[in-house]
Amino acid sequence: MKDDHQPEYKPAELLVCTASRLMDDNSTAFIGTGIPMLAASLAQRMHAPNLVTVFEFGGTGAILEELPLAVGGQSTFNRAIAATGICDVMETAQRGFIEYGFLGGAQIDPYGNLNSTVIGDFNQPKVRLPGSGGGNDVGSHCWQTIAIMRHDKRRFVEQLDFVTTPGYLNGPGAREAAGLPPGTGPYRVVSNLAVLGYHPQTKRMMLIATQPGISINQVVENTGFELVIPERVESNPPPSAEELQILREEVDRDHLYI
Amino acid sequence: MEIIQTGKGKLIQPPDINAFREWNRRKSKVLTDKRMSEAEAVTRFIKDGDYIGTELYGSVRAPMSLVSEIVRQGIKDLRVAGQGVLELDLLLAASLIKELDFTYIGLELYGVSNCLRREVESGRIKTIVEWSNAALTWRFKATSIGVPFIPTRSMLGTDTFNYSAALVVEDPFTGDPVCLVPALILDVGLIHVHRADQYGNAQIDGISGFSAELARSSKRLLISAEEIVDSEVIRQAPDRTIIPYYLVDAVVEAPFGSHPGEMCYQYRRDEPRIREWVEAAKDPQTTRAYLDQYIYGVKNHQEYLSLVGAERLENLKFGAAT
Repeated sequence: MKDDHQPEYKPAELLVCTASRLMDDNSTAFIGTGIPMLAASLAQRMHAPNLVTVFEFGGTGAILEELPLAVGGQSTFNRAIAATGICDVMETAQRGFIEYGFLGGAQIDPYGNLNSTVIGDFNQPKVRLPGSGGGNDVGSHCWQTIAIMRHDKRRFVEQLDFVTTPGYLNGPGAREAAGLPPGTGPYRVVSNLAVLGYHPQTKRMMLIATQPGISINQVVENTGFELVIPERVESNPPPSAEELQILREEVDRDHLYI
Repeated sequence: MEIIQTGKGKLIQPPDINAFREWNRRKSKVLTDKRMSEAEAVTRFIKDGDYIGTELYGSVRAPMSLVSEIVRQGIKDLRVAGQGVLELDLLLAASLIKELDFTYIGLELYGVSNCLRREVESGRIKTIVEWSNAALTWRFKATSIGVPFIPTRSMLGTDTFNYSAALVVEDPFTGDPVCLVPALILDVGLIHVHRADQYGNAQIDGISGFSAELARSSKRLLISAEEIVDSEVIRQAPDRTIIPYYLVDAVVEAPFGSHPGEMCYQYRRDEPRIREWVEAAKDPQTTRAYLDQYIYGVKNHQEYLSLVGAERLENLKFGAAT
């Protein structure tokens, strides 16, 4: 659907809509706090009514009528197919049942490794962050992980201060060598400037599409490492009027997040 | 079995599975009335330096009345299984934690914990050992099934592993690398539940988090319950019993025991109060003022509930006219 006059939207709304489009119907997706929750709720109302949301503390297959404020909150098992516990969920991921995992972090590197533990030295940190939580497990066990990030040079860095969650570690074959399940790894990065993927051979981060109004140059300038720029770079369509309406009037109707 | 890699973190609580079996053998199987106040439970069963764990977490079915009592009594030098939000924030705010097996302490949608930052960045907390959430929970699972460790495919290849006390070994069956996490036996576990009888048989509605595993990994287990029910209520629905009485040392009746967190099917989060904490926790002085008002300034959970106010609590219940 093409809008003649483009509706205005906030950066967070763009992230939610972009992430939402990556959620397939009839697939399983591990959902963390924040943007992924909004994206999952939007996806269920738009194109993926049978998206099976999986939450860390046991909610599986919730219908996200009310936005969860916590990954263990009642909304994470609202009209769900099961309310179990963290072991069941993590074990389900470990034996290969969860397709997508949504992740965030303070820093991401060219191989999609994520830091959510410390900024600075581990023993004398400049900033002590909240830690792995389930992040490391999602990055280890889900088939395809999608990181949602704000895009700037402090966040997209060549070298992480701490590798909390595994991406492709230090390159091709490294996950398998470490003992991580074969065939798993980072799939996409959704940022306010771009949608990125990974080069099939080098496993380094690669630009796929720019966000509306953003040039390739702006993406490059805001990335702290060398990006793979393919010959053809798509341009990501902006949030549609319908997406924005559902997001504002249904998904986050109480303006809890946006 | 060849060790490929050793995490450099300290094993804060080395597990002794045989001693734990002996402990469990000696634990009374007599049906006795274990009801008591938070004050009595904490005084009798937790001491300085103990290794403790809480379940579920911070804003959801958290044992807030028990944790508040720990703060009130100033039980210090605690070693803690670090998976939490508001409840562990209170212990950090009062500088009661010495060592942490760490997976997540933060304020979820409100971001980083400033109490955690102050305690860690100042160096007051000396020991932090990293784990993933599944790894920490599977450590409880190892204890639950009575084995010294459990193999997992979490943490491999990361600094989370490097700063843990786990091992990567060669799987003796396939030769592939696999991560071993050691059993974690708690001195004291604290769990808030929907209902329990006077003996400690406890039932939880909704998701069960890691209550089954934590309960079975605790040498001493303190249960707080929204409601104390007749044993016959438990026996009518035994399939709902997650924690049998013989695991339990104290049963505390604590209506709104998870406040300002939620309790599924019963009451919602008290969002303004959670935000009040988020704001207060930004600065040491306002943090202290919050503790003064809501913990040190009240004698017990009943006084805390009076301070919050019956009407406010009533409005948090599902079905309340808001």
